[in-house]
Amino acid sequence: MLFLIILILSFVSSYFLPWWMVAIVAFLAAFIIGKTPGRSFWSGFAAIFIVWTMLALFKSIPNNNMLASRVVQLFPIPHKWVFLLVVTAAIGGLVGGMGALSGVLLKRAFGK
Amino acid sequence: MKFIKAFISIAITAILIWALNTKFGATPPIGTFLNPSTGFWQNAESKHSAVTENLELPGLLGKVIIRYDEHRIPHIFAENDHDLYYAQGYITAHDRLWEMDIQTRSASGRLSEIIGPKALEIDRYHRRMGMVYGAENTLRGIMKNPVAKMMVTAYTEGVNSYVHSLVPKDYPIEFKLLDYAPEDWKPINCAFLLKLMSETLAGGSDQFGMTNDLKRYGAKEVNDLFPDYPYFEDPIIPVGTKWDFKPLPTPKPSASFLAEMTENIKPKEIMEGIGSNNWAISGSKSATGYPILANDPHLNLTFPSIWYQVQLSSPTVNVNGVSLPGAPCIVIGYNQNISWGVTNVDADVLDWYQVKFKDKTKNEYWYNNQWNKVKKRVEVIGVRGRKPVIDTVLYTHHGPVVYEDETKKPKNGRENIPVGVALRWIAHDESDDLMCFYLLNRGKNYTDYRKALTYYTAPAQNFVFASSDKDIAITPNGKFPLKFKDQGKFILDGSDTANDWHGWIPADENPTVKNPPRGFVSSANQSSTDPTYPYYINWRFEQYYRGKRINDKLGAMQNATVDSMRVMQMDNYSILAQDVLPTMLKYLDPSKMDNDQLKAFDIVKKWDKHYAANSIGASIFNRWWGKFYDTLWYANFHIQGISMKSPSYDRTEKLLLTEPNSKWFDDIDTPVKENAADIVNRAFNSTIDVMVQKHGEPGEKWQWGHIKETFIDHLANLQGFGTGDFSAGGTGGVIDALRNNNGPSWRMVVQMGPTVKGYGVFPGGESGNPGSFYYRDMFQTWKDGKLNELLFLKSADESSDRIKSTLTLSGK
Repeated sequence: MLFLIILILSFVSSYFLPWWMVAIVAFLAAFIIGKTPGRSFWSGFAAIFIVWTMLALFKSIPNNNMLASRVVQLFPIPHKWVFLLVVTAAIGGLVGGMGALSGVLLKRAFGK
Repeated sequence: MKFIKAFISIAITAILIWALNTKFGATPPIGTFLNPSTGFWQNAESKHSAVTENLELPGLLGKVIIRYDEHRIPHIFAENDHDLYYAQGYITAHDRLWEMDIQTRSASGRLSEIIGPKALEIDRYHRRMGMVYGAENTLRGIMKNPVAKMMVTAYTEGVNSYVHSLVPKDYPIEFKLLDYAPEDWKPINCAFLLKLMSETLAGGSDQFGMTNDLKRYGAKEVNDLFPDYPYFEDPIIPVGTKWDFKPLPTPKPSASFLAEMTENIKPKEIMEGIGSNNWAISGSKSATGYPILANDPHLNLTFPSIWYQVQLSSPTVNVNGVSLPGAPCIVIGYNQNISWGVTNVDADVLDWYQVKFKDKTKNEYWYNNQWNKVKKRVEVIGVRGRKPVIDTVLYTHHGPVVYEDETKKPKNGRENIPVGVALRWIAHDESDDLMCFYLLNRGKNYTDYRKALTYYTAPAQNFVFASSDKDIAITPNGKFPLKFKDQGKFILDGSDTANDWHGWIPADENPTVKNPPRGFVSSANQSSTDPTYPYYINWRFEQYYRGKRINDKLGAMQNATVDSMRVMQMDNYSILAQDVLPTMLKYLDPSKMDNDQLKAFDIVKKWDKHYAANSIGASIFNRWWGKFYDTLWYANFHIQGISMKSPSYDRTEKLLLTEPNSKWFDDIDTPVKENAADIVNRAFNSTIDVMVQKHGEPGEKWQWGHIKETFIDHLANLQGFGTGDFSAGGTGGVIDALRNNNGPSWRMVVQMGPTVKGYGVFPGGESGNPGSFYYRDMFQTWKDGKLNELLFLKSADESSDRIKSTLTLSGK
């Protein structure tokens, strides 16, 4: 449930809010309906990981992944565009996961 | 406890977001750059693009129709000139905004604002060279002319209309990488672009090197080694052309004064071998009976390219060709009646004057037998993440006193040394160069061409011309200072009025030739004229090799077609090798050679003197000649800490061919006395040793295309955004002057006639966006030595199956 809510909200908000709002979205969602720290973190991580993967692919597939194939060469990772996609999604996932974890930990601190 | 846990988690999240949003050194803010909603993924362009699009833009007076062909070259049709240049600005910004930004930043000394202290030295150099001062003067000239003012203002409006339409996710990828935002375009940026061209093509100086040579070797040796006219030459204006004007009196040389050496100024050295080719043949030599014109300017090859192809049409003009992103008009191109192209003249329009200051306050300097006030110009250089740097530059009536940097200014007791050198440079003068292109774009005939050229100041160019009414012409053209012979070959005494520039060569007395009997005109940066021309332009020009080859080929050519011209642009025959190789081979003794040397000797003996990609002879000769040249001059003209100029290839050829026992061949480090044969042999042996060591036995790995590193990089040297190394023929000194990342930046051939047909290509693509399918779509065509047939529409509604999409702009 938490996973789905973060997924939908972050997907929608990405079109008009700064990128780091995914952390706030995950934080609020976990604060309200989060259960355990572990599950919250992974819900946040997975949701943003998937959302960012999808958003990146929306742009990259019609581009034949040409830009990503060039940009990946600027990074110290294997020069295949897919690795750049994974790094992108993982960074988003980490931010989302930390947001959700923070949300559920704060909720617990308030004893809810 | 629970609160602490929650707090730690929130803190880590906040720090994580902060770190991902912050630029560390050269690393872009990772989160900002990678996130898919505003980061670089947004720059990926789709292969499915709209076929028709309509936009409303503020400030347009009428409707503008832009038709894009298969290379996404825009063909702009406007109802008036204001809208035409507005649209040119808008469309160019759409494709090349970052290039426009970084080039004008570089010219204006504002790189540190975005890059930080690393760029401070280069910014300071540009400020101290007076680039901003020059651009301000140029802008004043532009704004005085209502037409030029209209163009620049409309172009600026157009660029800004595009800039204002952007939100961060739309920024070109380089802005995201360097983490800054596009700013408004200003009219002065158009002037900066012209200054940048002056810096590239007329911003070098060898006066310091020459002055040091003079101090070391004296006038007799220097005059012998650095003659004012080359041994081999084939000048642009054919030998024997009559000058049909009564020249102004030549100024008297000043009482000779050798200026003191000033160690702390290091201007850019003149780059040997940069240049370009252009030519035009008359109808008598072409298959159609109408002239054909060709041009290939050699410049640094980059992504995005320095050129942007565009067709510009309004009720007053219909012209096709290439523009410089950041300036209105077509710079090289053609219309229904005329075509034109340019190569660099290499005129001496940059001189250094030693300044004698009254005291260490440097408020006054000695000139014309009295103390004169020094003007001070404060340059404020913004530096990212730091306080702005304030730099005060001193100006005499000549121009800025350029120091390499603040720290190298004399200090602690040496402050009293009254040295410093002021720069007199054509790029500082008020000018109105854009008007030249405005008129050429609309030119109908030879008279219009001649009139247009009078508006052009710098960097001086050889303007080649051909018209549909069957005229051809060439004019080394620009504003040339009136000088005594060799004025500016060495540093000048700035206190002597006789050393000032003495006015200008009248524009209509610039060297020119129309319809010469030989049936063609050409230029390849060699001497403008033979020594009979009554004025002094420079003592040195580019070597004659390319010019000679072009003239040989064109002289023999009959029934020429566009394809003959295309093939000629790819020609890589070496005149240098033709001149010197027989003599160099003569000095070698095969009986003393080992196996590898014999093999190499055999190859280079049979070599056809073409620098083809698969040629092994070219690789051997190239290194051999280079080694010979270095062995000959290095010891005498490279002294630690002193800038010196080595004699030219031309002078070296003369030495080899006619003075084999010259003292210069003697290696001072050996007891024996060497001659030309010794040095040629030593150079050969060393060449083969090094090549065997690097590439094994003579064989495939020795091919010129492998040995010569040829590549095209992104302007910011971003890995993956350029081509990487590729195998290609050509070198400096042959027509296809491609070497490393410098060479033919645009190749164009235009067949004149009742229906003009243009062909052209540049190594790259129209879009500056590496996420675009038009980023490098023309590179392969260029590399293969082919040309695209240029689409030149008569009207906006002319149908063509090459038109892929249409953009309509209208006022808001």
